[in-house]
Amino acid sequence: MDLLEYQGKQFFATYGIPVSDGEACSDVDAAVAIADRVGYPVVVKAQVHTGGRGKAGGVKLAENADECREHASNILGLDIKGHIVEIIWIENASDIAEEYYASFTLDRSAKKHLGMLSAEGGVEIETVAEENPDAISKIHVDPAEGLSEADCRAWVEAANLNPDANDGAVDILMKLYDAYTKGDADLCEINPLILKPTGEVHALDAKVSLDGNAVFRHEDYAQFDATQPRDEREEAAHEKGLQYVGLDGSVGVIANGAGLAMSTVDVINQVGGEPANFLDIGGGANADVMAGALEVINNDPKVKSIFINIFGGITRGEEVANGIIEAMKRVDIDSPIVIRLDGTNAQEGREILQPALSDTLMMEPTMLDAARKAVELAS
Amino acid sequence: MSIFLDENTKVVYQGLTGSTGRYYGNLNKEYGTQVVAGTHPKKAGTDVDGVPIFASVAEAKAEVGANASCIFIPAPGVKGAVLEAAEAGMDLIVCITEGVPAHDEAEFYNILKRDFPDTRLLGPNCPGLISPGKANVGITAGHIAKAGGPVGIVSRSGTLTYQALYELQQKDIGVTTCVGIGGDPVPGTSFIDCLEAFEADPETKAVMMIGEIGGSAEEEAADFIKNHMTKPVSSYVAGVTAPPGKKMGHAGAIVSGGKGTAKAKMEALTDAGVKVGHNPTEAGELMVEIVANL
Repeated sequence: MDLLEYQGKQFFATYGIPVSDGEACSDVDAAVAIADRVGYPVVVKAQVHTGGRGKAGGVKLAENADECREHASNILGLDIKGHIVEIIWIENASDIAEEYYASFTLDRSAKKHLGMLSAEGGVEIETVAEENPDAISKIHVDPAEGLSEADCRAWVEAANLNPDANDGAVDILMKLYDAYTKGDADLCEINPLILKPTGEVHALDAKVSLDGNAVFRHEDYAQFDATQPRDEREEAAHEKGLQYVGLDGSVGVIANGAGLAMSTVDVINQVGGEPANFLDIGGGANADVMAGALEVINNDPKVKSIFINIFGGITRGEEVANGIIEAMKRVDIDSPIVIRLDGTNAQEGREILQPALSDTLMMEPTMLDAARKAVELAS
Repeated sequence: MSIFLDENTKVVYQGLTGSTGRYYGNLNKEYGTQVVAGTHPKKAGTDVDGVPIFASVAEAKAEVGANASCIFIPAPGVKGAVLEAAEAGMDLIVCITEGVPAHDEAEFYNILKRDFPDTRLLGPNCPGLISPGKANVGITAGHIAKAGGPVGIVSRSGTLTYQALYELQQKDIGVTTCVGIGGDPVPGTSFIDCLEAFEADPETKAVMMIGEIGGSAEEEAADFIKNHMTKPVSSYVAGVTAPPGKKMGHAGAIVSGGKGTAKAKMEALTDAGVKVGHNPTEAGELMVEIVANL
């Protein structure tokens, strides 16, 4: 789950990380009221799930209420790389002496947490990594041991920040590690982390991504679900608890297992077709899950044929077969369906399907045969 | 021979009393696996279809000699279950459960590495492993695997693992052991762990490796193959057409910042001398060629 900047700042604030005083809103009058409260100058910032907001005119400084009104009305509704701005964040503007970069994420290769700190902030860390890798100070933290203040200080000192910033940076980074681990984040990034002329260190931006698997111990994370970037199809699939990614083609895909679903999408491409989506119905799929999956795909106007690719392990063949038959009763499916069914209890499943086969419900023995048939039907 | 699992492995199922645990525990038992116990803190003294339930893994070890555990506990309880199994001295812990928080995985992976270096953890979010004809632990359909070798299989994806077993069975090729390492960001057992074990196993003559987008495990495996493996390898990597920035079902299957693409993985494997197929069937056909030339 990717958080918007304002959600990230509120998340940081709960762990004691200093962020600018501000508030989010969706209309111009509210923006001016917030600005009046936090004090001018203020920064009006577009809240969208994409980078490059500044270049697109989505971040503006306002010295007074008139400027705030003007910027807020320009930014609300702005299209930034296909994301329409619906929420803006108004915060008290900060004086900046220096800009740094700080983040924690999981290093999958080292199987440890990775902290990165750089005196070169305010630019993409990937650019720094490419052009001047020595400018990034790194620390690997063993998740079983945690981050000690002494190790954190050594890491900060190695980054060659302004020495005036060291104490403040150690304090913020200890809190950032806390937020990252206790908050079950995939990523916590501050860019820029700033040193103010008055000597305080402060988080001027927030990029936070939370682990959707950890929601069971963070009830408040449900609020972030509403602002996730999803198209209509993805939203419908999400409501049904399905793993769905929208693509642009005409062959609808339903498969059990992420690997098989990816592979199905790949194979459709290979035989000259265009997949409409990735959809993994996962383990334990039953009639309800299958019916839901078919409904989601059936509502995609681009879909001309549907390829159901099931290899039974945790999903039993008869459950799949019953699910398809049940779903056909519930939904008026517009496109022909091609099924490939193998694995656990596949024979039982095939026997259930056999009487229902027609020129709109077909069965093929292999994945490639089924892909070819589905692509042929879609063209 | 097989790796990690054979007919002598005695398995305790954490979560045998739940419907999923019971279903697959029974299938594993029917396959011939020594399913010796289940655990449930409040149901000790009862049984599930004749398999005794103990209060803890330690009791299951003391009473019936369990030396491996298979976990079907829901995600919130997985960290506790893995640590309990490790503390009880299990040699092998197979965690089927999906949806485990990444921070939990990273933590128990490193605790095991530090305190229980001889314990092998497989998963989470994996289908388990099968040494055909000997034992099957997890959710793999046993009848799709042909026993005997000469091929070893290692895979990040469950259903593609079954697909691989099936493709080989269709060609009458046997398998020593098939290991599903799972699709999460911090798998307990890596490609390299399996490749190393297959390289050392005299009955395994060739290895089929199935990867997917995300992370750099395939690139690291390619490096290992290039420098340390004498046995031929065929491979398939899923997700060639996956859009960047989207999690493709598995928590670990994501192309981010241009890293972790199927293309880069396939190139690294090809560079290491691996025969790379463009779909699971093609990878199977490549393995048929490899086996014919052994």
